[in-house]
Amino acid sequence: MPDQIKGGVHQAVVHDSAAVHVSGQAVFVDDMAEPRDLLHAYIGVSERPHAKIRQLDLAAVGAAEGVCCVVSAGDIAGQNDISPTHTMDEPVFAEAATEFIGQPLFAVAAQTRDQARRAVRLAAVEYSDLPAVLDLEAALADETLVVPAMELKRGDADAEIAAAAHSLKGKIRIGGQEHFYLEGQVSMAVPGEGDEMTLYCSTQHPTEIQQSVARVLGLAANAVNVRTRRLGGAFGGKETQAAMFATVAALIARKTGRPVKIRPDRDDDMVMTGKRHDFMAEYEVGFDDDGHILGVRYRLASNCGYSADLSEAINRRALFHLDNCYYLPSAAMKGLPLKTNRPSNTAFRGFGGPQAMLVAERVIDEIAFALGQDPLEIRRRNFYGSSERNITPYHQTIEDNVIPEIVSELAESADYVGRRAEIARYNSDSPWLKKGIALTPVKFGIAFTTKYLNQAGALVHVYTDGSIHLNHGGTEMGQGLMTKVAQVVAEEFQVDLDHVKITATSTDKVPNTSATAASSSSDLNGMAARQAAQTIKARLIDFAAKQYELPPDQIEFLPNRVRVGNQEFPFPDLVHQAYMARVSLSATGFYKTPKIHFDRQTGRGRPFYYFAYGAAVSEATIDTLTGEYRIDRVDILHDVGRSLNPAIDLGQIEGGFIQGVGWLTSEELVWGEAGELLTHAPSTYKIPVCSDRPRDFRMKLLEGAANRENTIYASKAVGEPPLMLAISVLHALSDAVASVGGHRVCPRLDPPATPECILAAVERVRSAAGHD
Amino acid sequence: MRHSIKFLLGDEPRELSSFDPTMTVLDYLRIEERRTGTKEGCAEGDCGACTIVVGSLEGEKIRYQAVNSCLQFLPTLDGRQLISVEDLPDSSGALHPVQTAMIRENASQCGFCTPGFVMSLFALYREGAAAGDPPELETINDVLAGNLCRCTGYGPIIEAARSMHQPAAGPDHFEQNSAATVAALRAIQDSQTIHLTGPDGRQSFAPTTTDALAEILAEHPGATLVAGATDVGLWVTKAQRRLDPVIFLDRLGEMKQVNETATTIEIGAAVTYTDVERMMADHYPDFGEIIRRLGSPPVRNVGTIGGNIANGSPIGDSMPPLIAAGATLVLRRGGERRQLPLEDFFIDYNKQDLKSGEFVETITLPKPAPGSRLFCYKISKRFDQDISAILGAFNLTIRDGKVASVRIAYGGMAATPRRASGAEAALQGKAWTRKTVDRAVVALASDFRPLDDLRASAAYRMQVAGNLLVKAYLEAQGAGVETRIIPYREAAHA
Ligand SMILES: Cc1cc2nc3c(=O)[nH]c(=O)nc-3n(C[C@H](O)[C@H](O)[C@H](O)COP(=O)(O)OP(=O)(O)OC[C@H]3O[C@@H](n4cnc5c(N)ncnc54)[C@H](O)[C@@H]3O)c2cc1C
Ligand code: FES
Ligand code: FES
Repeated sequence: MPDQIKGGVHQAVVHDSAAVHVSGQAVFVDDMAEPRDLLHAYIGVSERPHAKIRQLDLAAVGAAEGVCCVVSAGDIAGQNDISPTHTMDEPVFAEAATEFIGQPLFAVAAQTRDQARRAVRLAAVEYSDLPAVLDLEAALADETLVVPAMELKRGDADAEIAAAAHSLKGKIRIGGQEHFYLEGQVSMAVPGEGDEMTLYCSTQHPTEIQQSVARVLGLAANAVNVRTRRLGGAFGGKETQAAMFATVAALIARKTGRPVKIRPDRDDDMVMTGKRHDFMAEYEVGFDDDGHILGVRYRLASNCGYSADLSEAINRRALFHLDNCYYLPSAAMKGLPLKTNRPSNTAFRGFGGPQAMLVAERVIDEIAFALGQDPLEIRRRNFYGSSERNITPYHQTIEDNVIPEIVSELAESADYVGRRAEIARYNSDSPWLKKGIALTPVKFGIAFTTKYLNQAGALVHVYTDGSIHLNHGGTEMGQGLMTKVAQVVAEEFQVDLDHVKITATSTDKVPNTSATAASSSSDLNGMAARQAAQTIKARLIDFAAKQYELPPDQIEFLPNRVRVGNQEFPFPDLVHQAYMARVSLSATGFYKTPKIHFDRQTGRGRPFYYFAYGAAVSEATIDTLTGEYRIDRVDILHDVGRSLNPAIDLGQIEGGFIQGVGWLTSEELVWGEAGELLTHAPSTYKIPVCSDRPRDFRMKLLEGAANRENTIYASKAVGEPPLMLAISVLHALSDAVASVGGHRVCPRLDPPATPECILAAVERVRSAAGHD
Repeated sequence: MRHSIKFLLGDEPRELSSFDPTMTVLDYLRIEERRTGTKEGCAEGDCGACTIVVGSLEGEKIRYQAVNSCLQFLPTLDGRQLISVEDLPDSSGALHPVQTAMIRENASQCGFCTPGFVMSLFALYREGAAAGDPPELETINDVLAGNLCRCTGYGPIIEAARSMHQPAAGPDHFEQNSAATVAALRAIQDSQTIHLTGPDGRQSFAPTTTDALAEILAEHPGATLVAGATDVGLWVTKAQRRLDPVIFLDRLGEMKQVNETATTIEIGAAVTYTDVERMMADHYPDFGEIIRRLGSPPVRNVGTIGGNIANGSPIGDSMPPLIAAGATLVLRRGGERRQLPLEDFFIDYNKQDLKSGEFVETITLPKPAPGSRLFCYKISKRFDQDISAILGAFNLTIRDGKVASVRIAYGGMAATPRRASGAEAALQGKAWTRKTVDRAVVALASDFRPLDDLRASAAYRMQVAGNLLVKAYLEAQGAGVETRIIPYREAAHA
């Protein structure tokens, strides 16, 4: 017998669904066998950014071919609200006034999706326009907020900046990002008997869909079941925003008594749903002759769109990441979550962290240019220490800092110094193409900053044949969560991974779950599942000890078998014996993250259980005639603790990195003067394609990096942090731009760095440096 | 006349006679056949989740090409083999080598894009199966340019492409069954015009000769011509237009021919980009590169230069190079033909010199004159598979240090693709110096009022228009310094 199970923790096991993915057999919501009598719903939306609805005439809609049902706000039996944090500012259907282009006004259900889509075009809506706040700049002028402004403070930043040998000010504008999950939003509602309603929904947060549907239909939560087997990508875009579609499907299913599916067209999906927040940050920093930061003052304004959604938590996480890896002896940080007449911006991988880190890295760059130093040198000088210089602006002590080690190892292995010299030579010989290089670090705090969300449940059954059924509160959206948690359970029972059946997330199996978000799902659900497994295991040990009259330490789970004293039983045998002896073989597990707390009033606490670290070196070439660019090489060293599954973790790192590159380069959201999104399809909104991947791409996991905290098998979260490694690409591009001014002028290259933006920066730097 | 279409779904023959003539192949697969492996990610040809492979008979062989099923209308399957991801495993259920490679390399995360990638790679596998060599990175990048993945970052998929040809695997079942498939396809070829009437009375025609086309169009002057449907498809999937009647051009033999003489290249209007790319790259390397970057393989496998021209978009990529090269069109109505220089075809935004009942029959361009060179540059937000913000084409002959001839055309600089007459005048006959070029750059400002839109500002377009002329100058000088982010790639057009 092999002395190791197949598919235990730390093994590079392939994604549990790989075989069904490649064969087209994986069932996404729109692929499910359609129930008899299924209706197809479509949503009619506002064409004005802010207007009173004077009349909503749906007669022609109702009379259109194939239409069975039309619903609007008046048809809602419960509350017309799906705001995730109960701010009551997010109706299912706008009633008196509309607040963004794309806001749902009504919905129709027809025999076919094509008919429903055609029908919504027939609505006659009379608006009377109200003053609209169309972008962040306008909102900033009025300081209209969706949730209160927030602050973090440590020391006397103003005094420190005033007393510093050097100081400077500036601002950075940071673009938003469309999630572009490949599978669009989709839900199917199937009414049951009485008030029961089952939803099949592509959502990261089944519990919230359950609660929203219950609230909108006026039901108790126990009448609603939400199931999610897998999502075709989400990235935060299906954390709250799936509710818009799920509640409409449920509403019509309730009204007609028939199953209802809803799936918006890609363009409508992009117009209706929120995105990564665009930000505008103003910074002021005081520093000494060596570039040590003495004090910072930041004002961080974000475009939240028309409602609160998750903006409070996103802005808070942004403030928590304005330090990135740098010790700030004094800091005054203010966050302004601004309201605009746009779709409600929402969670997106990194959740405000990436925007904040961009600000931190810009400030480092500014200091480097001001002092004529290599930015890497300034970065190093400002890194957090291990036993001193280790207090964050929110007064958490950093206990697990590995960034200096990571950066040293990476700078060495990527030959940062040698390549910088080589690039300088290249640039002096190349009048039109210019190269740049940059190393940027990442420190990302792990835990939901809203404390109560840091809990998870799991449910494990062992059947009498020894096969195991696993369920937990996390959803599978490609990140490999299901595989990792199954590995944990296999490891616990010491059985091969294929004995563990992964099942759809379902609110009737594990209740009251948190969103699959904040990178913490393996941490939380892995622990909960392990606990459930341990409960059953303890019962099996207890049973065997009694049955064979042995001390419990004589019962040992070996790969696919159990040693009971001097005997060994195959795992299924022991399970069967336990069953015959009337032992319960089903258990729930529960986990809550220890140690964390944060006081919003004082701005002090320990919001994060631990930090994940990483760093990347990127090299890029720009064309100074056109602004076009290419990424030549990327080296990454990333800390995932002791990896639960290196194949999946490397996949998260690469995927996150490339997604970050898209955000900072080609992905440009363009809005029209009337407040409409112009880039609402992949023809105009350009996420990276295959050839955008750097030709030379080297990734490594940090070795010997067990998590210092007691996490699941000493692993670390990996979902979000790698996205921010892409900041190195923006800085490499900026470095290339800076070369046209002899590295004397900070290019202040604001993302997204499209060719147009790069060319403008080249011109700016040239004229500021007096070249040309 | 035939009143049905016949094709193979995998190995199974299908004959359909009453259906919506603009039903997409994607809807047919997902709704009618309940084959849900093929996904919809955008319904506009940009994401590749819907990629299928279409097999067409070419002599004794089957040519396998990736196509976006979301834009293809069902009648275009006539006489062909439709292969969706469900067809890839063999009869025992064993996965195809492409599929096992994708699993082995951890190339799926959420899995939604995966069937599309599998199909694009399958097309590459079939084309490269004989060679058995791992494809070059450039080839993989080109083949996958139309497949978006938001999860993986592409690395594992590239590795799967590199390792999918495992000689040990032996011939796949498509190769093993090829004789039977060829026979089955041969049995459903004919040269009759197909005439279909949908359930709601809408009609479609698919003639096989240009004369038949001319006749049908004369009878139905309001008909919509459909070549590759890479533009028309969106009128249906996005605008939900009910086109009636529709005339399909994909079965036309003559209009799918390229004829070369000693001095000219004559391209039938229904020739696809894929079929013209290699030839164009031989004569006009930069134009070949423009075609390589136009859309993605599924778009180029069906999209036509004729459609690009007739559609008349100011940012259509084939027009500036064609205008700079001096191309002419043959337009035909019934039995009448007229010829005109391509630049005269574009009257205004969305307005072409195409009369009712008239169609584009051929496009003719001269082969490069000795000593001349055509420089083309496409600038877009994303390098591959993006629409141009601006495209500049410069056809230059320099003799004895002077500009002997010059034709310059731009896309994105006006409501139509247009020549830069002022800049040309500033160059023609003048000394070929930076000074002359700078004067021509200044003249561009009076030649054009560029578009100002989501792809780029007018100011950027104007600046780059000038810089591209400078770039052409630098490259013509052959100064030995690098001027291109992505250098011309011979391998790409092999
Ligand atoms: C994903 C994607 C990417 C694309 N990328 C690019 C790009 O990079 N650059 C670019 O230029 N375009 C691009 N396009 C647009 C499109 O592919 C081209 O315009 C293509 O050339 C259209 O050809 P078609 O054969 O598909 O035309 P169709 O869609 O079949 O027809 C287009 C128009 O031409 C008319 N027509 C077709 N043939 C004739 C004829 N012989 N006589 C008269 N009228 C005719 C049709 O009636 C219709 O009005 C892209 C499209 C997609 C979907
Ligand atoms: S569905 Fe996106 S290309 Fe067809
Ligand atoms: S695996 Fe999710 S989009 Fe490719």
